[in-house]
Amino acid sequence: MRRYYFDNIATTRVDDEVLKEMLPYFSEIYAIPSSQFSHQDGILGSDAIEKARERIAACINAEPSEIIFTSGETESNNLAVKGAAYYGKKKRDHLITSPIEPRSVLNSVKKLGKEGFGTSIIKVDGEGFADPDDIKGALTERTSLVSVSYVNHEVGTMQDIERIGTLCAERGVLFHTDASYAFSWFPIDVKKQNISLMTLSADKIHGPKGAGILYKNKNVKIDRLFEGNFNEFYIRPGLENVPAIVGSGKAAELIEKNKENIMKVKPLRDKLIADLLKIDDAVLNGPKDKRVDNNVNVTFYRAEGEAIVLHLDMHGISVITGSACFSESLEPSYVMMALGYTHERAHGSVRFGLSRLSSGVEIEYAAEKARFVVNKLREISPIK
Amino acid sequence: MSMPYNQTILKYFLNPKNVGQIENPDATATEGSPACGDMVKLYLKVDPETLVIQDIKFQSYGCASNIATASIITEIAKGKTIEEAKQISWESANRELGGLPPVKIHCAVLAVDALKTAIENYEHTHGLLKEKIPTDESTVTKRLRSVINPVLGKDIISTDLVNGIDISSGTVKVHVKMKEDEQFFANVKDEIIERISPLWDIRKVEVVPNGD
Repeated sequence: MRRYYFDNIATTRVDDEVLKEMLPYFSEIYAIPSSQFSHQDGILGSDAIEKARERIAACINAEPSEIIFTSGETESNNLAVKGAAYYGKKKRDHLITSPIEPRSVLNSVKKLGKEGFGTSIIKVDGEGFADPDDIKGALTERTSLVSVSYVNHEVGTMQDIERIGTLCAERGVLFHTDASYAFSWFPIDVKKQNISLMTLSADKIHGPKGAGILYKNKNVKIDRLFEGNFNEFYIRPGLENVPAIVGSGKAAELIEKNKENIMKVKPLRDKLIADLLKIDDAVLNGPKDKRVDNNVNVTFYRAEGEAIVLHLDMHGISVITGSACFSESLEPSYVMMALGYTHERAHGSVRFGLSRLSSGVEIEYAAEKARFVVNKLREISPIK
Repeated sequence: MSMPYNQTILKYFLNPKNVGQIENPDATATEGSPACGDMVKLYLKVDPETLVIQDIKFQSYGCASNIATASIITEIAKGKTIEEAKQISWESANRELGGLPPVKIHCAVLAVDALKTAIENYEHTHGLLKEKIPTDESTVTKRLRSVINPVLGKDIISTDLVNGIDISSGTVKVHVKMKEDEQFFANVKDEIIERISPLWDIRKVEVVPNGD
């Protein structure tokens, strides 16, 4: 059966060009890059890493030496939050974040809180927006770091990171943003946006998995979390994952080349939202405006999310839900709870993630099947 | 790695048996709520002479496990006497389904509870109770533990939504810490009435909001 993949916010298909560029680094150029002073093979690997650094730096107005390669979004978030907190803890020991951050940020902050750091988790409104004034109000003389995502992974809310970055800079506070879900959709300029630390992940932009990036402003100092060799500026020791790094660089470079396809996603998103909202008792989760181009999240009341997802899967459609029945903790989506949604709204939510490979045909198919499945489940539901 | 659900479960989930309502049922029961993400309503038609379950139907707002379990227990229960049907456990339903993922067992329990409650309600309303224990506060409280607080997703007793219970001459008054115009008041009220009114010696159930 043909598959209709709509889980592109979780991860994307590797672009053919990316894969092609990665392949030689498995079977031909596989030497350890840090052996560049001992043999030719290492130089080739080292050159490939530096090229990737340059390509990524160029996308975000950074310098190549400000790019650190990691194993993914989770590691980059841990490294940014814990690394900055530990380095600065003698002078400043207070952290600010939002309740809808990815767990790698939220749980890092919570863990640091248990270790004695002060933490403030500021509120978000019903569309997921953090008010920069609330952040300003939470800043103290002891605040070392503010961590707020550029785009929320679940409901697609785009934060005003430029304002948050500026108000942090004015107070000498570091600003970290997980921009994994914004990369390729919204402009990123680390200088203009006053970003001190930023997480990116290649797998969200048709690059490989296990390929994370941490942008670290050259004036910002952080502790490393692992001990080891001197790789990645002695911040992230360990043998470099050269194929993944090469793939990251290529995927970043392809953003510009695919600009037209990327621009086509927003109208597809709007079409899908409009079609889904034609179903009775359907509501959009997250904001209508200032929403990332590839995120559609809709609740169908009177139908349960896991049942919808499983039925859609039988029709070849891959989506996820914020329902408790879908989660391993049996709790409804913490993001939707933080937005003040009811349990029922979370239980009936379905997230469709688009990519630049999505097509109008796929959108129409998904909307039609969603209508069919939701109606079918409502027929057997006791709630009328 | 295979699907978390086996083919039997999927079959029942995709094409559930005994779905729908029974007109003029002899007993009904609802377990769960939209807030906890799983809700099942069961309808029974029982032969008053033989006490055989002639017809049984269910409606479900729930996940695959809930739908599949409700479907299979209605199949097992149909044609059995209510005494026999009382013996149906979630373990036996789970066995018939070939094993649910452990994390999903609670969804199966909900469907089995609905059957047990429906039979209990039948006994209450048809004079079949062996011991006619007068309804007291603890009976009511026990039943209210199955009514879910839609805001918190847990029962209304443990979430302290109930202010007090008065019982006198066949009338139960449940005082709840909710305003009459509150979003979920009507929903909670209906669930409380449905839960308490089958009790054999109760003729009237009132749900009193705050401030009345």
